[in-house]
Amino acid sequence: MPALPYVANAVISGTLTGIVYGLMALGLSAIFGVVRQVNFAHGELMTLAMYGAVGAFQGLALDPFLTMIAAAMVFGVFGYVLQRGFLNRFIHRPEHLRMLLMIALAIIIGNGLLLAFGPDARSVQTSYQLDSFELGPLLVDKVRVYAAIAAVVATALLAAFFRLTLTGKAIRACADNPIGARVAGLPVAHLYAVTFGLGAASVAVAGCAMVQLIDVTPGLGPGYTLLAFVIVIVGGLGSMVGALLGGLAIGVSEALAGLLITPSAKSMVSFGLLVVLLLVRPQGLMGPGRR
Amino acid sequence: MLSVRDLDLYYGDAQALAGVSLDVPAGELVALVGANGAGKSSLIRAIAGMELPRAGTIRFRDQDVTGKDSHTTANLGIGQVAEGRQVFPSLTVEDNLEVGALLPRARRKMKATMQEVFALFPRLAERRRQTAGTMSGGEQQMLAIGRCLMGLPDLIMLDEPSLGLAPLVVSELLRTIRLLNEGKGISILLVEQNVAASLKLAKHAYVLENGRIVMQGRGEDLLHDDRVRQAYLGL
Ligand SMILES: Nc1ncnc2c1ncn2[C@@H]1O[C@H](COP(=O)(O)OP(=O)(O)OP(=O)(O)O)[C@@H](O)[C@H]1O
Ligand SMILES: [Mg+2]
Repeated sequence: MPALPYVANAVISGTLTGIVYGLMALGLSAIFGVVRQVNFAHGELMTLAMYGAVGAFQGLALDPFLTMIAAAMVFGVFGYVLQRGFLNRFIHRPEHLRMLLMIALAIIIGNGLLLAFGPDARSVQTSYQLDSFELGPLLVDKVRVYAAIAAVVATALLAAFFRLTLTGKAIRACADNPIGARVAGLPVAHLYAVTFGLGAASVAVAGCAMVQLIDVTPGLGPGYTLLAFVIVIVGGLGSMVGALLGGLAIGVSEALAGLLITPSAKSMVSFGLLVVLLLVRPQGLMGPGRR
Repeated sequence: MLSVRDLDLYYGDAQALAGVSLDVPAGELVALVGANGAGKSSLIRAIAGMELPRAGTIRFRDQDVTGKDSHTTANLGIGQVAEGRQVFPSLTVEDNLEVGALLPRARRKMKATMQEVFALFPRLAERRRQTAGTMSGGEQQMLAIGRCLMGLPDLIMLDEPSLGLAPLVVSELLRTIRLLNEGKGISILLVEQNVAASLKLAKHAYVLENGRIVMQGRGEDLLHDDRVRQAYLGL
């Protein structure tokens, strides 16, 4: 059994990473809840954003936390256009076709990245990369703290948008009752596109935060799509709070597994957690219908 | 105001509407009666742009709206109170109403329209912060009508609004519908299981059977027609 400070360190760093995971999963959750479409390209979009951050750092010496703002806007617009101009055409197609379409998109992005950047791992080396905050016996990585702060800000903005703006309320209405949305004459095609844009923007912000925590390779996508999926299920489908809690649960359990068992047991533990949860609380932490 | 001509609608190979023609003149209340599965809801959904007809035309205020989506038709002034109310259960009453004004024609007048809706349905004002799913059937029906009014419709199509409501609530609802028509001048297409009441309210009425209009005339006349009395009034 490692000494308590190590455990505390793992819990803190797991919590901070978990907040970023939560933001990433939030994008998937929103797209699924509103458009009823599993974004199988979610991890690939994050990877794309990570390469964007690496490129901006190497080419323009831009700090990833600044790139983040531009990335949110670019991915937001890209997501809107993708849904509005392309994916909306498939809304009424059978489920399996839509699924295949998203998988195709994921593979195209993943392969495109491999083609463009090669298989080698890339990373960003900021001047504060290895610095940490010391709190007594605790050492907390600065980048992890900044990443978590950025994720919290992005999440708060997203929550405010859904709570306070008319468009945000209308998007919640679509998720709540898709038939009702059409009865009320809501601009459904536009609202779906806004939702996909917001989902893509969140995962772009998460990517720009993640690039400081892990190296990026072209094959990162599928693992993170799956992780986002696990988080959403653990948290409870359709619940924003749930996605955040799910992110925290997975972040902390991964960190503890890395410390108490071995780093390669990370996935085993988070998927084990999923299986247990599916058994004891199938609706996830925050249950269905709540958001 | 609304004129439907020779409308055919299919679900796959099954025909739901066959050559339906119907008019709702400006400011009038028109009733549509018919047995279960006759195609009443299908007709309303087709007019609203939620189903795509195979043939025929739908014109509203001299515009061809055939095949236009429900956002477009709603923004032209075709409002709908759908079968089963279709409110947003996890949104508050206030948010349900606000969302109903998300049409270019209605958005800027949202605050004022909401005050009118609250004046019409004081119960909704009392419950404005409550989520719609926790309200009674009658209150949800008020909300469905209120949400429709938020879009400033010139025509409202109501699909069995009294279904599942207590008798006292039903008569209050019918009074409200009459008020919307006579007081506010909104044209109304009313589908009601309460056939006698709707024929009394209506100036003109249509009878739909198996997707076809089989009879039409003044509401008063249909009320005394033997076939109608037998088939729909159980007399
Ligand atoms: N979405 C659908 N898919 C396939 N068939 C449908 C669909 N909706 C309605 N139908 C069929 O079309 C016919 C007309 O249905 P519709 O709901 O329009 O009738 P209605 O007059 O509104 O009946 P009710 O009084 O029960 O509401 C019925 O035979 C029904 O089974
Ligand atoms: Mg019906």
